[in-house]
Amino acid sequence: MANEIALSHYLILGAILFGLSIAGIFINRKNVIILLMAIELMLLAVNMNFIAFARYLGDSAGQVFVFFILTVAAAESAIGLAILVVLFRNKRTINVDDLNQMKG
Amino acid sequence: MLDNMPTVYLTIVLAPLMGAIIAGLFGKTIGRGGAHWITILGVAIATVLSLYVFKYHVMDSHAIYNGSVYTWLVSDGIKLEVGFLVDNLTAVMLVVVSFVSLMVHVYTVGYMHDDPGYQRFFSYISLFTFSMLMLVMSNNFMQLFFGWEAVGLVSYLLIGFWFTRESAIFANLKAFLVNRVGDFGFVLGIAAVLLYFGSVDYATVFASTAKVSGQTLQIFPGHPWSVLTVICILLFIGAMGKSAQFPLHVWLPDSMEGPTPISALIHAATMVTAGIFMVARMSPLFELSETALSVVMVIGTITALFMGLLGLVQNDIKRVVAYSTLSQLGYMTVALGASAYAASIFHLMTHAFFKALLFLAAGSVIIAMHHQQDMRYMGGLRKYMKITWLTSLVGSLALIGTPFFSGFYSKDSIIEAVAHSHTPGASYAYVAVLAGVFVTALYSFRMYFLVFHGEERMDQHTREHLHESPWVVTLPLIALAIPSVIIGGFFVEPMIFGKFFGPAIFVLPAHDVLAHLHAHDWKEMALHALGTAPFLLALGGVLTAWYCYRINPKVPAWCARKLSWPYKTLLEKYWFDHLYQYVFAALGRWLGKVIWQLGDVRLIDGVIINGSANSVGRLARWARQVQSGYLYHYAFAMILGLIILLVVFVPGLSGKMLALIKIS
Amino acid sequence: MGIEPILFYSFATVLLVSASAVITVRNPVRAALFLVLTFFASAALWLLLEAEFLAVALVLVYVGAVMVLFLFVVMMLDINLARLREGFIKFLPVGLLIAVVMVAVLVLVVGPEQFGLAKFAEPARHNADYSNSRELGLILYTVYVYPFEIAAVILLVAIVAAIALTLRHRPTTKYQNSTEQIAVQRNQRLRIVEMPSEERK
Repeated sequence: MANEIALSHYLILGAILFGLSIAGIFINRKNVIILLMAIELMLLAVNMNFIAFARYLGDSAGQVFVFFILTVAAAESAIGLAILVVLFRNKRTINVDDLNQMKG
Repeated sequence: MLDNMPTVYLTIVLAPLMGAIIAGLFGKTIGRGGAHWITILGVAIATVLSLYVFKYHVMDSHAIYNGSVYTWLVSDGIKLEVGFLVDNLTAVMLVVVSFVSLMVHVYTVGYMHDDPGYQRFFSYISLFTFSMLMLVMSNNFMQLFFGWEAVGLVSYLLIGFWFTRESAIFANLKAFLVNRVGDFGFVLGIAAVLLYFGSVDYATVFASTAKVSGQTLQIFPGHPWSVLTVICILLFIGAMGKSAQFPLHVWLPDSMEGPTPISALIHAATMVTAGIFMVARMSPLFELSETALSVVMVIGTITALFMGLLGLVQNDIKRVVAYSTLSQLGYMTVALGASAYAASIFHLMTHAFFKALLFLAAGSVIIAMHHQQDMRYMGGLRKYMKITWLTSLVGSLALIGTPFFSGFYSKDSIIEAVAHSHTPGASYAYVAVLAGVFVTALYSFRMYFLVFHGEERMDQHTREHLHESPWVVTLPLIALAIPSVIIGGFFVEPMIFGKFFGPAIFVLPAHDVLAHLHAHDWKEMALHALGTAPFLLALGGVLTAWYCYRINPKVPAWCARKLSWPYKTLLEKYWFDHLYQYVFAALGRWLGKVIWQLGDVRLIDGVIINGSANSVGRLARWARQVQSGYLYHYAFAMILGLIILLVVFVPGLSGKMLALIKIS
Repeated sequence: MGIEPILFYSFATVLLVSASAVITVRNPVRAALFLVLTFFASAALWLLLEAEFLAVALVLVYVGAVMVLFLFVVMMLDINLARLREGFIKFLPVGLLIAVVMVAVLVLVVGPEQFGLAKFAEPARHNADYSNSRELGLILYTVYVYPFEIAAVILLVAIVAAIALTLRHRPTTKYQNSTEQIAVQRNQRLRIVEMPSEERK
C-alpha cells in the first residue's frame, strides 16, 4: 500500500460511488424514494471529486461549488419529496411503472 | 406637343390603355356611360393622332422614326427594349387599327346596350386596341411578341365574353389552344433569330441578313437546312395561328361565339391580320428564302379557296362572314408568298374596312332579329333596314371585287401579282385565287339574297318588331362604308404602283412582281378589268347566287342531294374539327389523364407527398417508443450518452478501452 | 505507513459498503439509514481533504435535515414494499453491467496515469491555526456573493414550492381573515340592549 493518498484515489472512489448509484437507479427502478436516494449518492460522488480537486489543486473554488451543490440538492430533495407526497395522495402509489401518463 | 413625335407615339398606345384600365378597374364607379365615354375618348385620341402620324410620315414624307423609349432589361449583351418603329407600313396599320376600333367602340354602345358586362367589354376592347397598336408599332421581336400574346389574350377573353355559354367557353379554349400551336412556332422563330442574329431589334437583324443567309443548321443529321428558311417557316407558323391559315384555321369560325363587335374588330379587321403584317414586316428575311415563300404561298392558296368553299354551306350569318374572312386572309397570304407585300397590306387595309362593315351589318341584322343568327329564318329585311341593307350591299360588292370598289383594287392586284410570280406553286395559286373569286361572289350574294331579299321567313313576333338599329349602330356602318368604296381607288396608285412603303418592305428585284403590273390610274384599271377573267368570274358568282336563291330556290337543295358526299364534306368542314378533337385533343387528354393518374396521383401525391408524410409518421411511431415515460429508460439513455461522450472526447480513451477488451 | 492511508481506506470501505446497502436493501427506512452512514463516511473523508466546513455542513444539513425528511416521507407513506421490489433480480445484471462499464471508463479517465502522485503531489497540510471556514467565507462573501444570493433565493423558492405542493385545502379548516378582522365595525361586535331596570327586591 502506498504511503501517500493520491488524487486518483479519491477520484476512483468517486467513480465507484457514481457507478453504484447508477446501478441503484436500475435495480430499484420502481421505488421513487430509492431513486431519489441514488441521486443523492450521485451528487455525493460529484462532491467528492470537487473537494479532492480543491485540495490537490489548492483552489478553494471547488469547495464553493460543493457548497452550492449542497444547497441545490437540498432544494431538489425537498421539492422531489413534496411531489412524491402529492403523487401518493392522488394515486396511492409511488410505483414508477404506474407513473407513465406523460409519455408521448 | 405635336412636334415631339415620340410623345405622340406614346400617347397613341397609352390613351386606349388608360381607357381600358379606368373602365376595367373602376367600371362600377364610373357607370356604363362613364365606361363608354372614357374608352371612346381614349381610342378617339389614338385615332386622331394616328391620322396625324399618317399625315406626318406619308404625306409630309418625314424620316422614319426608330427609337426605344424604355430599356426593359439587358442580359449578356442582349437588350430587350420597348421601342417604336414608325414608317409608312406602321402608319397604315395605325390608321386601320385605330379607326376600325373607334367605329367598333361606337357600335358597341348600341350592340351591347343591355348586357350586364358592359364596362368589362369596353375595357377589353380598349385593351385590345392598346395591344394591337403595340404590336404594329414595335421595333423589336420581343415587343412584337408582347403585342402578339396580348391580343391573343384579349381575343380569348372576348370569345368567352358570355362565359356562361358552354359553346363560348369551348370556342375560346379552342382558339387559345390552336394559337398555342402557332405561338410555339413563333417563339422558336424568335429564339432562332436571337441565336443567329444575336439581337431582337428589327434594324439590327435586317442589317445582318447577308451574314446569316448562307448558314445552315442540322436538326436531323445529314439534312442541312438554311437557317433563314427555318426561321421564316417558324415565324410563319406563328402567323398561321394568328391569321388562321390552314391547318390552324379551325378556331376562327368558332370564335364567332363572341359578341359581333369583337368578330368585326378582332376576328376580321385587325388581330387576324397581325400575321400578314408580321410577314410583311419580316420581308427582308422572307425574301431571302425561296422555300419559305413557297410554303407561305401554298398555305395561303389552300386557305383562300377551300375556306371560301365552306362559306357556301353555312347558315349562320356570322359564320359565312367568318369563312369569308379566312378566305380573304388566304388571299393576303398568297400575295405575301408572291412577294407582293404591298398588295397584301393593301388588301389588308381595304379588307379591314369592308369586312368590319360586313360584320357590323350582320350584327345590326342580328339585333333586329332578336339574336337569331340563322339565315334560313331571315329574308326581305331590305324593307325594314334601309341603312343596314345598303351598307351591306356596299360591303359585299367590295368583297367580291366589283370595279371601283376598294376590294377590287387590292384583290385584282393580288391576282395579277400571282400571275406574274415565279415562286414554286404560283401557277396552282393562280388557278385557286381565280376560282376563289367565283366562290367569294357566290357565298357573298347567297348571304345577301337570303338576308335582304326573298320571302320573310321569320316568325310573326319578330316581324312585328323589325326596325332599323339606333344611330350608334348605323353611324359606324356609314363611316365604314365610305372607305370601303373609295379607299381602294385612292391608294392603289401609291401603294401598288408607287414606292409607298419605301424601305419598310424589302423585295428582291427578281421577285418584284408588282413592277410587272401595267401602271394605270384608278379609273383605267377599273375599266380595263371589265373584260377580264376575275370580273367575269365574280359576275358569274353573283348571277349564280341570284339564280339559285331568287329565281329557282330548289337548286341548292337539289345540289345538296345530288352531290351528297362533297356537300357532307363541306358541312363537316373537311373533318378537321373531328381530326383535331378525336385525334390530337383526345390524345392530349389521354396523355394528361395518364400523367395525372400516374405522375400526379400516384407519384407526387402518393409517393412524394403522402409517402414522405407517411414515412415521417412511421418513423415517428417507431421513434415514439423511445419516449416510454419510464424514468430508467431516460437514465439509461443519458448514461449511454455519457459513456459515448467520454469515449469520443477524452483523448486516448478509446485505445485503452480496446486494449482492455482484448485483455479480457 | 502513516495514519492517513489507514483512515482513507477504512472510511472508503465503509462508504462503498453502505452505499451498496442503500441500493440493495429491501426496506426504504433501512436504505435511508444506510445513506446516513454513507454521508458520515464521506464527511470523514472530506475532513481528510481539509474541507472541514463542508464536512460539518454535510452532516448537519444532510443527516440532520434532508435525511430526516426522507425518513419522515418514507414512514408517512403507506408503501406496498412487495410490489416495489419486483424486477429487482431481473434488472440486477443490467444495472451491474452498466455500473461496471461506467466505472471502467471513469477509472480509465481518472486513473493514476492522469491523476497519480507523479502528476499531482499531495500538498502539505495546513497548520492547526488554519481555518477552513474563514477561507471559504472570505471567497464566498466576496467573489461568489451573487451566486450565493441566488442559492439563497433557490432555497426560498424550494420552501415555497414544497409548501405550495403539499398544501391541502380542507373545507373544515378554519382560517383567520385578518382584513375582515381589521375592518370590523363596532356595531358588528357590540349590541347594546335596552331593558328596564328591575327593582331590587
